[in-house]
Amino acid sequence: MIELANISKTFKVAKRTGGFGEAVKSLFRREVTYVHALDGVSFTVGDGEMVGYIGPNGAGKSSTVKVMSGILTPDSGECVIDGLCPWKDRKAHVKNIGVVFGQRSQLWWDVPVIDSFELIRDIYAVPEAVYLRNRNRLAEMLDLGELLKTPARQLSLGQRMRCEIAASLLHDPKILFLDEPTIGLDAVSKIAVRDFIRELNRDRKTTVILTTHDMQDIEALAERILLIGKGRILLDGTLEQLKHRNTGEKKLTVEYTGGTLPTMDGLTLLHRQSGRAELSVDPGILSVSDAIAALSGQVEITDLSVQGMDTEELVVSLYREFRI
Amino acid sequence: MKLYFRYFSIHLKSLMQYKASFLLLTVGQFITSFSAFLGIYFLMSRFHTVNGFALHEVLLFFAVTLMAFSLAECFARGFDVFPSMLGNGEFDRILLRPIHPVFQVIASKMEFSRVGRLLQAVLTFALAIGGGEVQWRWDKILLLVLMIFSGAVFFAALFVVGASFSFFSTEGLEVMNIFTDGGREFGRYPLSVYGKEMLRFYTFIVPMALFQYYPMLYILGRSENPWLCAAPLGILVFLLPVSLVWKLGVRHYRSTGS
Amino acid sequence: MTARGRLAGSLLPAKKYLALFRVRFQNEMQYRVAALAGVCTQFVWGFMEILLFRAFYQVGGEMPMTFSQLVTYEWLQQAFLALFMLWFWDKDIIEAITGGNIAYELARPMDLYNMWFTRVAAQRIARALLRCLPILLVAFLLPEPYRMSLPVSFGAFLLFVVSTALGLCVVAALTMLVYALTFFTMSASGVRIFAASIAELLSGAVVPLPFFPEKWRLLAELSPFAAVQNLPLRLYSGNLAGDEALFYLGMQVFWLVALVLLGRILLRLMRRRLVVQGG
Repeated sequence: MIELANISKTFKVAKRTGGFGEAVKSLFRREVTYVHALDGVSFTVGDGEMVGYIGPNGAGKSSTVKVMSGILTPDSGECVIDGLCPWKDRKAHVKNIGVVFGQRSQLWWDVPVIDSFELIRDIYAVPEAVYLRNRNRLAEMLDLGELLKTPARQLSLGQRMRCEIAASLLHDPKILFLDEPTIGLDAVSKIAVRDFIRELNRDRKTTVILTTHDMQDIEALAERILLIGKGRILLDGTLEQLKHRNTGEKKLTVEYTGGTLPTMDGLTLLHRQSGRAELSVDPGILSVSDAIAALSGQVEITDLSVQGMDTEELVVSLYREFRI
Repeated sequence: MKLYFRYFSIHLKSLMQYKASFLLLTVGQFITSFSAFLGIYFLMSRFHTVNGFALHEVLLFFAVTLMAFSLAECFARGFDVFPSMLGNGEFDRILLRPIHPVFQVIASKMEFSRVGRLLQAVLTFALAIGGGEVQWRWDKILLLVLMIFSGAVFFAALFVVGASFSFFSTEGLEVMNIFTDGGREFGRYPLSVYGKEMLRFYTFIVPMALFQYYPMLYILGRSENPWLCAAPLGILVFLLPVSLVWKLGVRHYRSTGS
Repeated sequence: MTARGRLAGSLLPAKKYLALFRVRFQNEMQYRVAALAGVCTQFVWGFMEILLFRAFYQVGGEMPMTFSQLVTYEWLQQAFLALFMLWFWDKDIIEAITGGNIAYELARPMDLYNMWFTRVAAQRIARALLRCLPILLVAFLLPEPYRMSLPVSFGAFLLFVVSTALGLCVVAALTMLVYALTFFTMSASGVRIFAASIAELLSGAVVPLPFFPEKWRLLAELSPFAAVQNLPLRLYSGNLAGDEALFYLGMQVFWLVALVLLGRILLRLMRRRLVVQGG
């Protein structure tokens, strides 16, 4: 059980200035600006849930993950994870969690992966029997096999990520934080990673919190989505609910020649590129046929298609809606 | 302890991947400290004595400092290169593990190429002990070991101070070199050659003289005062403010995450 | 190198080199806090060395330098550390060599030797300019006997300036040799540490050369390393003057020419090796 209540965090950022005179001055007095990275974040995640945590860069995703994993102490607010406060009971807490950073490695670069695993076993004091069971299970599920005998630096990104995930699970954590686990992976590896996470959540009831920019990750994994922007939780619901929110919102793709596209209530331009435009239509305001009529009144339409929104566009329209 | 050896064996394995570069580095380290040795040798063969100490005596001071420093560099390297551990997120990973961060920083970096310096120190010891007139007894040998050990702790503590500062800012960290590299360089000679004021500074502010100077007076027979043998233990007092600074640094890091 | 390539290299407009210099200088300015820290470190270093020599001078005996000459030597050494110490390396160049990007650099229609040489020199000048003023200022204001003295004569000062410029070129040529050797041995740091510590000893940075025992002194003074800082610093304080000074200036010119030639040959070998390997 993860409970966050009113977590806030403000960072001081020193202004960097040019010029020599300014620099000398800054030696003595720094001008600072305040950034509200987290501004009253509250949510609850139950055991065995799988949550996608999304938001644009700098919205506060990684700050939240750092708070939940005990690295960062917030200015105010409460956080209780399985009865522990992450930053106060850090050592006890981190035994219960696993963390994967997509852009960083926890494996030792120059030695075979298995050596890293054994070191991690000793760090977490995992009993030998438990370790062997977990290692064999993970090796099978993630198809590690020969990879375990290879030095990490010789692995491809996808192979390494599979090993990273296994390394984070050797101590049987109840909660797994994944920070952009599929970044930079090829399609096959992405699918392998997603399948594994789903299986882990289903079979072992591991709670999974996932931050990502990859909407396919969200679609494949997240039963529930938390949207954060400017340090606040903006939306909390299932993917279906979110889609429902913008229900009926349709996407028009037009290819046209001549004229300018009309602007009117209920019609939003998503994307335009030399004679091709994507627009969204809000049927609450404007019917699709009226929109098409208006379009054909202004431009010469050569091709046209109507679709529902996919996840990527849903997120884009959400970002736009909340101006984040 | 078992965990430390696990780290140790990983470092050794990694090292084996880069044998040639390790060998070159080790030789390089040896040469660097050898030129420091030659510097002492040149000056001492011209002047024969400095501040009342003869060549073989000066070499003892040099060897103790060099050995303490290279041991600290070998085993507390993590604090020496700490800004890079902050920069690449390694310290975040350390905070994610249920082991004391200080242990992890120490264990996660070992620099075996400092063996080159260590070798220079051992040779210098041999030279100094062979040519000198010190009556070596068990108590003096034990004292020498204590001096080297506490010296290593002292230099490691200086690395920790530098690491703690880097939590706040990495700009201007070079100033720490005055004490770390400076300690190694200035410690080539008995610290009293720099004058009374400097000796006082190195006794009370940055207490290098506690392991490098005072106990050596006892070994060389300049003083019979047995209390001088206890001086290296004074380094423990120095550890108090150092651990405080470190804790402040970690707290700052965990409240800013930068 | 073809004749045309050499022509292109020498005809590179002075403006271009000036721009290169400006970039280096701006780059240094970004690290001014580091520079300030460096200044403090170097100042303490110089002062401790002087204190050490004070202890030796108290022993007495015949001195190859007066104490005042020695003090001036030490302050100049610290003030112009960035100009003369071999161990200021250029990370970008080393990365280009060990990372393999050098193939592109060598393929450019510019004279790589001239370019890197200018870059190395410009970086050193920029760094030294930023750091020498505060050190010199304090050193001139210190109480006797730690105060730095003015040059003994205007002639000595002129010689100092000339041989400083030559010394900088010698150290840049030495740096180029080290980079070339880095390429052939593919060792990230071994060669550099090796070269730096030998240069440090023989250029008189550990102990000024006049204090060396006779045989060692001869060996050092005939080596290229003595043509780096040993000469300008001793000319300034009048420790070297007259015919002797002229002889060593001649040596400096000789080493500069020899080292540049050797560096160019090595660079040409590098290109040949790269062509054989197929880039």
